[in-house]
Amino acid sequence: MRTLNELDQEYSLETCFGTSDAPRIDELVIEAGRTERQYWRDLWRYRELFYFLVWRDLLVRYKQTVVGVSWSLIRPLLTTIVLTVVFGRLGKMPSGGLPYPLLVLCGTLPWQFFSTAMTESGNSLVMNSNLISKVYFPRLIIIVSSVITSFVEFLISAVFLVFLMIWYHCAPPAAVLFVPFFVLLAFGAALGVGLWIAALMVEYRDFRFIVPFIVQFGLYVSPVGFQSSVVPERFRLLYAANPMVGIIDGFRWCVLGAQNGVYLPGIAVAVIDVVILLTSGIWYFRKTEQTFADVI
Amino acid sequence: MTNPAIIIENLCKRYTIGHQRTDRDGLRHAIESAIREPLTWLRYRRQEKLRQVDFWALKDVSFQIKQGEVVGIIGSNGAGKSTLLKILSRITVPSKGRIRIDGRIASLLEVGTGFHQELTGRENIFLNGAILGMSRAEIIRKFDEIVEFSGIEDFLDTPVKRYSSGMYVRLAFAVAAHLEPEILIVDEVLAVGDAAFQKKCLGKMSSFARSGRTVLFVSHNMEAIRTLCQRGIWLMDGRVHKDGTVDEIVEDYFNSTSNELSFSCENLDYGLSIQKVTLKNDHGEESSQFRPGEDLIIEVNYHAQERVELPYVVLGVQGINGPCFTANMLLDGCRPEALAGAGTLACRFKSLPLLPQNYSVKMSVRTNNGGDWIVKYQEVAYFSVVADLTKYGYKGQFISRASDSTPVVVPYEWLLPDGTIAPVSLASPQVRSLQRRESPVELDLVRPFD
Repeated sequence: MRTLNELDQEYSLETCFGTSDAPRIDELVIEAGRTERQYWRDLWRYRELFYFLVWRDLLVRYKQTVVGVSWSLIRPLLTTIVLTVVFGRLGKMPSGGLPYPLLVLCGTLPWQFFSTAMTESGNSLVMNSNLISKVYFPRLIIIVSSVITSFVEFLISAVFLVFLMIWYHCAPPAAVLFVPFFVLLAFGAALGVGLWIAALMVEYRDFRFIVPFIVQFGLYVSPVGFQSSVVPERFRLLYAANPMVGIIDGFRWCVLGAQNGVYLPGIAVAVIDVVILLTSGIWYFRKTEQTFADVI
Repeated sequence: MTNPAIIIENLCKRYTIGHQRTDRDGLRHAIESAIREPLTWLRYRRQEKLRQVDFWALKDVSFQIKQGEVVGIIGSNGAGKSTLLKILSRITVPSKGRIRIDGRIASLLEVGTGFHQELTGRENIFLNGAILGMSRAEIIRKFDEIVEFSGIEDFLDTPVKRYSSGMYVRLAFAVAAHLEPEILIVDEVLAVGDAAFQKKCLGKMSSFARSGRTVLFVSHNMEAIRTLCQRGIWLMDGRVHKDGTVDEIVEDYFNSTSNELSFSCENLDYGLSIQKVTLKNDHGEESSQFRPGEDLIIEVNYHAQERVELPYVVLGVQGINGPCFTANMLLDGCRPEALAGAGTLACRFKSLPLLPQNYSVKMSVRTNNGGDWIVKYQEVAYFSVVADLTKYGYKGQFISRASDSTPVVVPYEWLLPDGTIAPVSLASPQVRSLQRRESPVELDLVRPFD
C-alpha cells in the first residue's frame, strides 16, 4: 500500500465513503442452475427502480417534442375520428343508441393502452441492453415499468374520455366502479404478452417485425371501432378467445352502460386468458432471464 | 470480520460458440424444428454437436477473499477477468460452481451505466444512482456531495448529450463513487478520463479500500493495481495462474508479457520484414528489466528481400505519460547505406536516466528521404525500470510516487540557500555526497553508504 497515504492527503474524501447505513442483507449465494430464492426479495429491494424507470421513460418520451404530453390526447382523438368515420359513417355499424365517437373512444383507450404497453415492454429489454449487460437487478422490473409507463399515458388519455362524456351529456352508470377491474385485466394482458415478447426478442429479433403486425391486426380483430354484439351469437365465445374482446366490452359496459347487459362468458374467458398469459409469461421470462446478458 | 467476504469454489463458465449461428438460431429455424422435432430430432442433435464449440471462459476457478482485502485481478485479454466480474455481479450465471458473498455488494463494470442522453445531469444522478442500487433517500442525501465531486454545478440542468465526454465521465464517476457497499467490484473504469481525473478516481478508490472494505479491481493499468491492491490474482486462459502479493504478481505478469510479446512485421511492398526486436542489458543479456543508469540495447533483426536504400530508423522510448527520448536518424543522419539480406541493427541508449516505471519501445522505418513508411511508428518491445530509489540517494517523502512522475531525470544539483550543493543523478546506485562550500555540519547531510 505504498502511495495510499499520499493519495489520500491530496483527495481527502472520507466524507463520501462514510459508514454504510444500508440494511444488511443476508449472504448471497450464486450457483449454477439454481433458481434464486433471492429473486423475489430482490424485486422488493429494488422497488424504487420501478419508479425511476417509469419516470425516465415519461421524461424522455416527450423531450424535444413541441406539444409534449398532448400527444397522449391527440393519438386517441385521431384514432377515434378515423374509426368513427370508417365504422360509424361508412360501415353503418349499430351504435345501440350511443354517440358513435364515445363508443369508439371506449374501445380505443383500452386498446391503445394494451398495444403500446405490449410494444414498449416487448422492446424494453433490447432497448435497455446496456443495462442488462452491465448491472444486475431483476429484469422483470424493466418489463413491468414499461407497462406502468403506458398505464400513466392511459390515465392521461382518459381525461379526453371525461371531456367527451360531458360534451355528449352522458352520465356513467353505477357499473363505472368496475373500471379498475378491467383496467387491471388490460394491465395483466399487456404484461403477459409483453413478458413473452421481450424474452423472445432477446434471442429472436424477428419479433420486432411481428409486434407491429399484432398491433395492426388486433385493432380490427378486437371490438375497437364496433361493438362485439355485431358478431353472430354462435361465434361469440370463440371471438372472446381474444382477451381484448372481454376487456374492451367490459370497459365499455362500465363507462357507457348497455341495454342488454354485458356478455359475461366473454369476460370470464378474458380473465382465464390473462391468468394463463401472465403465469406462462413469468415462467418463460424467469426461465430465460439468466442468459439474457449472454445472448442480448 | 473473520468470515471471508467472497468464497469462490470451482467456478466454471461455458459459452457456446455456434458456427453459422445465424443459420440455426433464427426464429424460422426454431419454429421449423419444433414442428419437425419428432422426425428429425436425432439428425439435428448430431449436427448441433458438430457445429457448436464450447468455450470455457472460466475453468475451475477457486479462491477466497477476506474481508477488507483489496485484490487486483490481472491477465491478458480473454483470460476471463470480465466474465468473473460479470458472474460476481450477477449479470450472468455460472455454468458450474458456487460463490458465496457475505456483504452488500456493488459492481462498477462501466461508468455511467444507464445514463440517458436526453436527461439532464440532475436527472441522471437520480437515475444512475437508482440503477446502481441506491435508494431515493440516499441519493437525495448525497446529492450535493455528488455534484461537488463531479464539479459540474453549472451544467446540472443541461442534457448530458450536450456534455463534453470529460464532464460526462466525471459526473458518472461521481455517482458511482458515492455508493456505499461493503464489497466493491470495479472493472477498468480508470481507463477513461484525463490523467487528473484518473488520479482523482484512484484517490477515491484508495480511500475506499482503506476504510476496510473489500475491493476487487480489474485493470490493465499495472501501476494502478500496484498502488491500490495488496494481493494480486493472475488469470490465464480461465484459470487462476498465480495468486500472491501484488508486487510479486505484477512483476511476474509484466515479465511474461514482455517476453511473450515479440514483435515482428512484414512489409511486402518493400520486401522488408522485421523479425525480432530484443532488448539487452550492459552484459548483452536479453532482459526486460533495467536499473537506472544501465545501458539499454535495442536490437532489431531484419530481413530485406529487396534492397532498401538509405533507410531512416527511429527508435523511441515511451513512458506511461508520453515519449521520453528517441534515437532519430532523420535528425542525426547516421543511416546505413542499405539494408540487404538478413542483418541486425542495434542502438545503445547509454546510462538510462529513467525512474522506475514501465516503458515501451517504439520504432519506425522510413525510406525515400523519410517520405514513405516501411514500418509505422509503433510499439515493438516493453521493459520496466526497477530500482530502490533510496539507493540512489532519493529520500523524499513522496518517493513512492516516482512511478507517476516525469520519468526522465538528467543529472542535476540543487543549490540550497544555506550553501549546500545537493547533486541528484540516476547514473548509478553509488556513493552520494552532499558537498558544502563551508561545511561545519556536513556529516548530518551525508547519506550513509549502501
